[in-house]
Amino acid sequence: MPMNETKNILIVGVGGQGTILASRVLSTVLQKIGLDVKVSEIHGMSQRGGSVVTQVRYGQSVSSPIIPKGQADIILAFEKLEALRWLPTLKKEGIILINDQRIDPMPVIIGAAEYPEALDYIRSKVKNVLVINALAAAQEAGNAKAVNIVLLGLLARHMNIDHSLWLETIEETVPAKFLQVNLKAFEAGYNTAENIANI
Amino acid sequence: MKKLLTGNEAIARGAWEAGVKVCTAYPGTPSTEITENAASYSEMYAEWSPNEKVALEVGLGAAIIGGRALVAMKHVGVNVAADPLFTLAYTGINAGLVLVSADDPGMHSSQNEQDNRNFGKAAKIPVLEPSDSQEAKEFTKIAFELSEAFDTPVMLRTTTRVAHSQSLVELEPRQEIPLKNYEKNIQKYVMMPGFARPRHVAVEARLEKLMEYAETCSLNRMELRQRQLGIIASGAVYQYVREVLPNASTLKLGMTYPLPRKLIEEFAGQVENLYVIEELDPFIEDQLKAWGIKVHGKDTFPLVGEILPEIIQEKLGSTYGQNKNEPENTESSDNFLHIPVRPPVMCPGCPHRGLFYILNKLKLTVTGDIGCYTLGAQAPHHAMDTTICMGASIGAAIGMEKARGKEFARKLVAVIGDSTFIHSGITGLIDAVYNKATTTVIILDNRTTAMTGHQNNPLNGRTIKGEATKEVNLPLLAKAVGVDRVVEVDPFNLTELETIIKQE
Repeated sequence: MPMNETKNILIVGVGGQGTILASRVLSTVLQKIGLDVKVSEIHGMSQRGGSVVTQVRYGQSVSSPIIPKGQADIILAFEKLEALRWLPTLKKEGIILINDQRIDPMPVIIGAAEYPEALDYIRSKVKNVLVINALAAAQEAGNAKAVNIVLLGLLARHMNIDHSLWLETIEETVPAKFLQVNLKAFEAGYNTAENIANI
Repeated sequence: MKKLLTGNEAIARGAWEAGVKVCTAYPGTPSTEITENAASYSEMYAEWSPNEKVALEVGLGAAIIGGRALVAMKHVGVNVAADPLFTLAYTGINAGLVLVSADDPGMHSSQNEQDNRNFGKAAKIPVLEPSDSQEAKEFTKIAFELSEAFDTPVMLRTTTRVAHSQSLVELEPRQEIPLKNYEKNIQKYVMMPGFARPRHVAVEARLEKLMEYAETCSLNRMELRQRQLGIIASGAVYQYVREVLPNASTLKLGMTYPLPRKLIEEFAGQVENLYVIEELDPFIEDQLKAWGIKVHGKDTFPLVGEILPEIIQEKLGSTYGQNKNEPENTESSDNFLHIPVRPPVMCPGCPHRGLFYILNKLKLTVTGDIGCYTLGAQAPHHAMDTTICMGASIGAAIGMEKARGKEFARKLVAVIGDSTFIHSGITGLIDAVYNKATTTVIILDNRTTAMTGHQNNPLNGRTIKGEATKEVNLPLLAKAVGVDRVVEVDPFNLTELETIIKQE
C-alpha cells in the first residue's frame, strides 16, 4: 500500500459500544503494514454513555494525531446521531459507514430535544453513504456485543489491506473464548452485500 | 521493536525502563492510566494513594532513601501536592523523582484548566514537555537522569492530547539501577529555618546550572527551514505546527522551564516573524518579552482552551501556509439541524441516581464534590448547588450554615463520594464536629473510584494490584471523629432514604 499522503479515519459512537477495541485492531493492522500511525482518543467520561471519538491517522510520517475538519477519508459511525454530529469532518468525496442504530441521548430521553432524521440528512449531503444493521448481524454471529467487529469488517472492506491480516490481528486482540464469534462478526461486516468502491 | 502506546502507557514504560522502584498516584483524568500500567510491571511497587499529597510524600521517601520514584497526578492534583513539592525542591532528592502533571487544556474532564508550568517555575524545578508517545517515554528517562544530575524533583508535564493519543514507541529493556547509598544528612533533609536558608541558596544556584544545561541539551531543538516565519512551540502544539506549517522554522522546546535564553535569541535572530504558540498561559512568551525579544503570541492565539491545528491554520495558514489543506466539506450540520448533545450520564443501576431523585424532590440546597455524582447537577436530577474541588462539599456546607444559621442548615446537605471523602473529606468532617455544625453529610459509598474508571481505593479492600487489604470502616471513622448520628442506608430503598434524609 504505497502512501505519500496522510489518510484519516474517524470512528464515532457512544460510550460502551466498543469503538476503542475496533480502533485498536485497525491501528495495529496499519502498523503491521509498515505505516506510521497516530490515534487520538478522548475518553474522559465515555464510560458514562457520552460521545466517543477516535481519530486514526496513517501514512509514511504523521505529525498531528488530530484530523482537521473536512479531511476524514472514512467515517465509521456506530450510531446515527453521532454520524450526523461528525459529518463536517468528512471529505467531500469521503465515505461514511453507518450502523443503523439509535441510542437516545439524555436531552431526547427527558423530552428537551428531538432525535433528528439523521440518515435522510446525511444522504442529502454526501454521496458515499452506506447504512447497515450491525446489531442484527452481530446477534446472528452469536453475540450482540460484537457490533464493533461487524463494523470493523465493513470498514476493512473499504480499505485496501490483506484480509488475512485483519483476522490475524483480531485473533491477537480479543480473548480466545470470544474469537469464533468475533471472526464470524468480522466476515458478516466484510461481506455486506453492498459496498462503495475502495478508496 | 515498536509498539503503539498512549502517552500514559509510554510514561509507565519509560519509568520501568529507567529502573524505577516506586510508582504512586491518586487517579485523575488524564493521568490515571500511567499508574494503572505501572502496576502491571512486577519489578515496580505501585499504589493508589489516598490523595496526591500522600502520593508525593511516599515518592519522596522512596527517592531520599535511594530508589527512583514516579508520582503521577492530574493538574489539580498538584495543588494538593504543592506543599511537599515546594520544600522537596529545597531538599533535593537522592535517587531520581519525577512528578507527572497531566494538564487538561479544553477541560475534557476537569473543573479548571490551570497551566501547571507555572508550578514548575514557582517551585523552581525543571519542566519537560513531550509531544508524542515516543517522547513521553524518552523524556521520562531523561527526567530521571536530570533529577539525579541536578539533585531536584523534575516535572514531566503532559496534556490530554499527549496522554491519550497513541503513537509508535521503540521499546527498550529495563535498566536495573541499584539503590543509591543513603546517608543521614539533616542539613539537607530536615527543613527547619536554619537548614532551609542555605538550601534556598542551593536552589538558586541549581537553577543557574539548569539554564546552562537548557542551552545545549537534546530536549530543545532548533529546526531552520524558511526564515519568513519562526515558531516556538512545545508539547502537542509542536506536532500541530509541523502538520499545518511544514515549511516554517521551529524551535521545539522539550524543556520549558528554565528556558534557554541564548538559544531563543539565536532563533529569533534567524527568522523574520517570531511566534510562540502555546496553550493556556503566555508562559514562554512572557519570559521572552521580559528579555526584550519581539514576539507574537497571545495577541494572535487564545488564552482559553486547546490550540488545535484548525486554529493555527486559521491564524497563520493563509499568510504562511504552503500546504493549504483547506477543508472541503465546511458546511456544518449544525446549521441545518439541531443536534442534541450527548453528555455523559450516571451508569444504569448506579446507586447515586435514587439519592439525587430524592434530593431534588425535597428541594434541598446541596453542596457537591468531584466524582460521577457531580453529574447529579445536570438533567434530569438538577440536585446540586456547588462543586469546587476534591473535598469542598463539607467545608462549603459548614460555611453556608455559619453564614445563614441553623434553620437554613435544616435544608442543606453535603454530598461526597467514598474516594473523595478519603482524599480530603475527613478533615472537613472533623471541622463540622469540632465547630458544632449541624449540617448533614451524605457519603455516597459505591466502593470504587468510579469517575476515573473504577479504581480500587482504601474503602473496598483491594490494592492497585488487586491484592486483598484492610478496608476503612466509614461508620466507625465518623463516630471516632465525634459524629453522634451515623446512619447507614441502602440508596435503592427510596422510601427509607427519603425518610432518613427528612429526619436529618
